[in-house]
Amino acid sequence: MVEIEIDGKKIQAENGEMLIKAADDNGITIPRYCYHKKLSIAANCRMCLVEVEKAPKPLPACATPVADGMKVFTRSPSALNAQRSVMEFLLINHPLDCPICDQGGQCELQDLAVGFGGDRSLYDEGKRAVANENVGPLVETRMTRCIHCSRCIRFGDEIAGLREFGMVHRGEHAKVATYVKHSLRSEVAGNIIDLCPVGALTSKPFLYRGRAWELDAHEAIAPHDCLGSNIYVHTRRNQVMRVVPRENESINETWLADRDRFSYLGANNDERVGKPMIKREGQWHEATWIEALEFAANGLEGVRKQHGAEALGALASASCTVEEYFLLQQLMRSLGSHNIDHRLRETDFSDQKHLPLFPSLGMQIEDLENLNSFLLIGSNIQREQPLAGVRLRKAVVKNQAKAMSVNFLDHTVNFPLSEKLVVAGDALLFELAGIVKALIADQKELQDQTEQLLKSMQPTAEQQAIADKLKQGEKSAIILGAFVQQHPEAATIRALAQLIAQASGSSCGVMSLGANSAGAYVAGMLPHRLAGGAVAEKPGLDAGAMLTGACRSLLLLNVEPAYDAANSALAEQALAKADFVVSLAPYLSNDVREHGDVLLPIATFAENTGTYINVEGVWQTSRAAIKPFQECRPAWKVLRVLGNIFKLDGFEYVCAQDVLNKAQEVIDAANFVEPQWFCPAPIALPKAKTQRIAEWPIYSVDNVVRRAVALQESLHYEQPYGARMNQATANKLSIAGDSEVMVEQANAASICLPLKIDATVPDNAVAIEAGIEATRGLGGAFENITITKRVG
Amino acid sequence: MATETVDTTAEFVLSEKVRKEIDHWLEKFPEEQRQSAVLAALHAVQQDIGWLPENAMDAVADYIGMPHIAVYEVATFYDMYNLKPIGKHKITVCTNISCMLCGSDKIVEHLQQRLDIKLGETTSDGMFTLKEVECLAACKNAPMMQVDFDYHENLTPESLDQIIEKYRNDK
Ligand code: SF4
Ligand code: FES
Ligand code: FES
Repeated sequence: MVEIEIDGKKIQAENGEMLIKAADDNGITIPRYCYHKKLSIAANCRMCLVEVEKAPKPLPACATPVADGMKVFTRSPSALNAQRSVMEFLLINHPLDCPICDQGGQCELQDLAVGFGGDRSLYDEGKRAVANENVGPLVETRMTRCIHCSRCIRFGDEIAGLREFGMVHRGEHAKVATYVKHSLRSEVAGNIIDLCPVGALTSKPFLYRGRAWELDAHEAIAPHDCLGSNIYVHTRRNQVMRVVPRENESINETWLADRDRFSYLGANNDERVGKPMIKREGQWHEATWIEALEFAANGLEGVRKQHGAEALGALASASCTVEEYFLLQQLMRSLGSHNIDHRLRETDFSDQKHLPLFPSLGMQIEDLENLNSFLLIGSNIQREQPLAGVRLRKAVVKNQAKAMSVNFLDHTVNFPLSEKLVVAGDALLFELAGIVKALIADQKELQDQTEQLLKSMQPTAEQQAIADKLKQGEKSAIILGAFVQQHPEAATIRALAQLIAQASGSSCGVMSLGANSAGAYVAGMLPHRLAGGAVAEKPGLDAGAMLTGACRSLLLLNVEPAYDAANSALAEQALAKADFVVSLAPYLSNDVREHGDVLLPIATFAENTGTYINVEGVWQTSRAAIKPFQECRPAWKVLRVLGNIFKLDGFEYVCAQDVLNKAQEVIDAANFVEPQWFCPAPIALPKAKTQRIAEWPIYSVDNVVRRAVALQESLHYEQPYGARMNQATANKLSIAGDSEVMVEQANAASICLPLKIDATVPDNAVAIEAGIEATRGLGGAFENITITKRVG
Repeated sequence: MATETVDTTAEFVLSEKVRKEIDHWLEKFPEEQRQSAVLAALHAVQQDIGWLPENAMDAVADYIGMPHIAVYEVATFYDMYNLKPIGKHKITVCTNISCMLCGSDKIVEHLQQRLDIKLGETTSDGMFTLKEVECLAACKNAPMMQVDFDYHENLTPESLDQIIEKYRNDK
């Protein structure tokens, strides 16, 4: 610690800290453009010049380390003069087009020009102009406005791990550009909109839509991944105009993933249904709420009377709120059914009794960047939880952490992997078992416990290397991705992951599916557990069973089964088979349109108040920023009224807070016993069949993002959907030269898809995305698949 | 010099010779400073094919292990790299301060007229490319220009004509 004086105020500062940071921490304003606390120091704009005692010239505060006894003057004549001159220089080439610039009113250049600039310029020659670039549907460029602060370049280099912008040419001709024209590919690229201090990079979907001073900011939680990033929803006249990050050092820092930033476009989409709808004789008709609710209740009641309460099932997405989950399970259980689930994408429920209270990361999100080594199992972290990827990258780049991955596809990650194994579906289990075997060579107790399981294993050199690196890491972690949880042997994979963690002294965690898996577990949105984790006496059917047609009636909360379920074909058949399907959703999806009976339109995230529990276990409540679209209602209200119509006890809630209080009370009172680890059954040899590997693309994870058109368009650079396989597999199937192939799975329609040769797919596997219209109607995500020549 | 025709749409393959040359430079720098070899690597490619198409820069970037854009930054910064195909002879006129004070504007103007092209262009017969550059450290004998690898100093419109003729006749 050193003591310095800024503008006569004595302050304490860390050794080696830069002046600007010390000033910021003490509420002293120093103007700046290039400095950003999350980026490296470039010191190229010179806006932060301040006078330092004994220094002959003003010094840049962002690049001057504090020294004991230093006396700094930020508003002395010499400092002000320097700042004014820098402002004048910066404005030489900056167009004065504020009236037509989207940054107007929230522009650092505008603010600092007013605060620190002069009122006229000596420069009256022509200004230079720079051509704009089309960098895709998310970011708008006006490069003449660029002041070359290089924040956007450093962001790509240091945070996103993908350098897309650079400073090309020199001197008068220098400009920030991509050089080769392309759409931005980083899944966190939108952050450069916030970083750019001027109007050079702005939000394209928000372009010319509004002015900063017309907007109201509402605190909310982003509902698309398990991190629970904090956001501000900016609204005007009851419409969401844009979403920006809200700083939270322990979750999203100052960043936001593009999915969270632009998903509001999906909520504003024309496909929104604004009135309840009932299907009569195959036709959908608008209805009043009371008609629709009674129709829904009568339908459910009819099925219950005829076939018993066990014939009712309820499925919710993994991104609903705690309040909604709690009410839905209360409703179903009061009606006498435990057929309740939110795990639509999962297929292996065999270990459900042995799982912890909720799927957790097993560590703090913030700590990801302090790891020394980590093993990702079946994770596409950059796409699944983009900001967790950003944290892990910091661990690798700053701490030289050893990053390792065992996966079904060779996903690109924005940090170097020191070990990587890419194998098709079932072979993954063998890799994990090999790592365990390598780890427990000197651990007698674990050897005994896993004797049966690992008898025939012989660790390979790669498995040994992973084991060693995990052991060497002082802080190490095993992270199961969202991808792997869909595997038909997920229970064994989870058990093996725990063994690896235990034997290597690592933490073990999952990056759970959806935004609120944790909330669903805790609130009892499970067939075998009540709220708080108490054991359900008579467990109901899991999502897999419900979607194989075991329920006569299905109540859907925010799910589109043909796009959200592990097996699209079976899910749709289950809907078709059901006598009565009630959907609570903001849209009428194709599957529900065909097989549903009543649609109760509900609010989307910014219109709803509700609580999300993130993967770290943090409860965060998001409050409605605007009124719901047309006649939509928050799902919790709809569920409450359904409870009233059924004349059930305990549905007297007046507001979302009441529901939360009740849920909290039940959860606190529940007696959850932490289950023991269990040893899975020995692993069967992998089948020699060709297996499908289905991933949900980054912008197809839920009903709202699927309709965010700009997000969909931003993926156009990627290979369009298709049957992707490596050359060897294509040769083996003797289709190598074809452009299209027929794909077929058990119980599913056979469809024609473009063939893509893709070296990131392992042998004997075919990668075909799920969750999109083109592959709707295919079968299970990790099941066998037959590929044949297209005839005709 | 002259440039070779290159398929700029296909993946560019660095020739054996170029790879040897890059390796030679890579050896001189510590492993974590591999990108220091980029200047020499770009020179090697330019020696080989006469200019730097994007796909060749990408190949250099991948070979050294640096982001593509970082190579474009370097290549666009320095005048000696040819980002477009050039003619048989490259004329680079210094227009920096000393030469400017000694009349480089006139030299440029004369050349433009004589060759009937603008700065940055190539004559239609593919003989000359005209470019302007920064100080080439021959200020003592300003104004000056460089043709291929040779310096020509104390230029006047008359001496220019002779020099041009010489290169034109020298097949
Ligand atoms: S585009 Fe914006 S962020 Fe990037 S260098 Fe220019 S002013 Fe800075
Ligand atoms: S903020 Fe210090 S030089 Fe830019
Ligand atoms: S200024 Fe022309 S050579 Fe130095």
